[in-house]
Amino acid sequence: MNTPPLIKPLKRFTRRSCIHLAAIFATSLLTPAIAGAEVNTTGLAVTDKDVTVGILHSVTGTMAISETGSVQAEKLAIKQINEMGGVLGRQIKYIQEDGASDWPTFAEKSKKLLVNDKVAAVFGCWTSASRKAVLPVFEQYNGMLYYPTFYEGLEQSPNVIYTGQEATQQIIAGIDWVVKEKGAKKFFLLGSDYIWPRTSNKIARKHIEKLGLKVVGEEYYPLGHTQFNSVINKIKLKKPDVIYAIVVGGSNVAFYKQLKAAGIDMTKEKPVLLTISVTEDEIRGIGGENIDGAYAAMKYFQSLPNDNNKAFVKAFKEMWGDDIVIGDVTQAAYLGPWLWKAAVEKAGSFDIDKIRAASPGIELTTAPEGYVRIHENHHLWSKTRVGLAGKDGQYKVVYETKELMEPDPFPKGYQ
Amino acid sequence: MFSDYSTAELLSIFAMQGFAGLILFSVFVLMALGLAIIFGQMGVINMAHGEFMILGAYVTYLISNLFSEYMPALFSMYFFLAMIVAFFVTGALGAFVEWAMIRHLYKRPLDTLLATWGLSLILQQTYRTVFGAREVGVSLPDWLMGSVPLTDIIEIPINGLFVMGLTLIISVAVYLLMYKSQFGGQVRAVVQNRPMAGAVGINTEKTDRFTFALGCGIAGIAGSAFTMVGSTGPTAGQLYIVDTFLVVVFGGAQSLLGTIASAFTISQAQSTMEFFLSGSMAKVLTLLVVVGILMLRPQGLFALKIRH
Repeated sequence: MNTPPLIKPLKRFTRRSCIHLAAIFATSLLTPAIAGAEVNTTGLAVTDKDVTVGILHSVTGTMAISETGSVQAEKLAIKQINEMGGVLGRQIKYIQEDGASDWPTFAEKSKKLLVNDKVAAVFGCWTSASRKAVLPVFEQYNGMLYYPTFYEGLEQSPNVIYTGQEATQQIIAGIDWVVKEKGAKKFFLLGSDYIWPRTSNKIARKHIEKLGLKVVGEEYYPLGHTQFNSVINKIKLKKPDVIYAIVVGGSNVAFYKQLKAAGIDMTKEKPVLLTISVTEDEIRGIGGENIDGAYAAMKYFQSLPNDNNKAFVKAFKEMWGDDIVIGDVTQAAYLGPWLWKAAVEKAGSFDIDKIRAASPGIELTTAPEGYVRIHENHHLWSKTRVGLAGKDGQYKVVYETKELMEPDPFPKGYQ
Repeated sequence: MFSDYSTAELLSIFAMQGFAGLILFSVFVLMALGLAIIFGQMGVINMAHGEFMILGAYVTYLISNLFSEYMPALFSMYFFLAMIVAFFVTGALGAFVEWAMIRHLYKRPLDTLLATWGLSLILQQTYRTVFGAREVGVSLPDWLMGSVPLTDIIEIPINGLFVMGLTLIISVAVYLLMYKSQFGGQVRAVVQNRPMAGAVGINTEKTDRFTFALGCGIAGIAGSAFTMVGSTGPTAGQLYIVDTFLVVVFGGAQSLLGTIASAFTISQAQSTMEFFLSGSMAKVLTLLVVVGILMLRPQGLFALKIRH
């Protein structure tokens, strides 16, 4: 919708200016308000009082396990922003849709949010498959998606802000740490059989070989595989210094339980188990006693000792109950609404194009993980940490990178 | 591939690998026994078999919480009680499902496929509502964890031994029940000829209900035992259903012995191939071989006796 330029200074009270004024008055009845028109030239669901956003995650189906935390985090962030006075003086309302762990449903619901509801931004998706399914919709209807999960990289859309880490950020720092601190020389790579573990292990292998070290095995098991005894035997035979595990979902529980039952004690010097796929959320299913002594490389742990995080954990528990745990992706999901708010305020507008232009360079000093900044490539600069899993199901942070890791979704020489 | 290792190392790894195959075999038998009764003997394609197993797992979870809360002194023994309760709870649900749904479908066996699939979705969402979408962690008594070291390399997982023992006991019990008891005779009579069985005075409705409940109850025990090796979540049952049907169908649906033989073949083939190839490849090859054999011997595949 085109709106006429806002009130020009009237030099003389002429017939023409009268018509002009009338025209402005008439338009202001059509568009919510003059102020509304100014910050919203593309007809998004923005009024003088509020702005509507979308939340799109699976709350039913297989992925509900993982995505529930993200929904909770996004609602918390929205609530806190509203308590602080909202975005450009507007309270945030949300419409929540259920992707139902089904990728075509994600696409359909995202179209509904963008076309029917005209939401100003969408916080959502979890698996790469769901993101790939909604991507064409967001690009066609020019929406903005804040995507929380750590993922394999190899993507950069003008319509997505990736608030989780891409693969190189997570992997390279972790491997460097284990090589330096644990003197690791031989690695055994293991993963569930789909794009994220395979791409991640490819990057890991390149990096390991670049350091002049050895990969003694690389194995993939179908999603949902529950019997890992054979691979555990293979690990015993090859005697790696590091088991690099990217097993996901229900397989995770089976893998760690069987590893422990087979007498591989992760609290001992060797082998070191390093994972990038087990957050505090997953440990709840695995059981702290089964993963005691394993290390994880990611950007956030619930136990991070900084003040931002203490306040975040406290607020999260107040809203969602004391026995809740917060994993890496949950924290990344929490960043979404805040990054969007910062972009809107910097742009002075809810327009997607203006938010996109304003986003690179936006910093968040209040992030639970510390400080983050949006890179030109729509990913976040962030630190990578290594945590040591304990019996209580929490990670103890044993290392963090000094500098922010630069996001590099298309790593040269790693593909 | 083996030139870097000493003979002793290789021997012990092969011993371990043989043992891994045996554990997989026990797991398969335990998964498949309940279905072999329901699908093989009754001809009901029970797609909700995995969900019955997970009910057993959730019962175990509840009982472990109960014990750690109120009777921590007896915690080390809770697992036995949990398995018994799991058997009766899932059996009771099975009896109810048979009464409410399955008994109307005996004349339309293929419709049981859809009906029980719907049931599995209902059960999944129920678990999700009651226990939450996340997986729950079932804490095990200490004596069930860890392993017995035989040599430096050979270590036998205790929970594997436990599953093997359990499988043996349940298989023998099912065999005695189906082939040596009066109840078993009635079940087989009803399957072979319902009107005739009724005519000689067998209460066919009661027999059906007990058979279905028995199959579900065994699934419950399996689910309870699998909390030791796998995950407990609303959709975890889906992880087992394909393998379960594979074992039962491959073995020839109506023979319990066939089920056991097929579980042995598939588990050994899979675990051997997993060792030499990658996990995904092993699965692909196993399925290919099974498909090939079923093409040559189709009486395994859905050759169930449909009641006319």
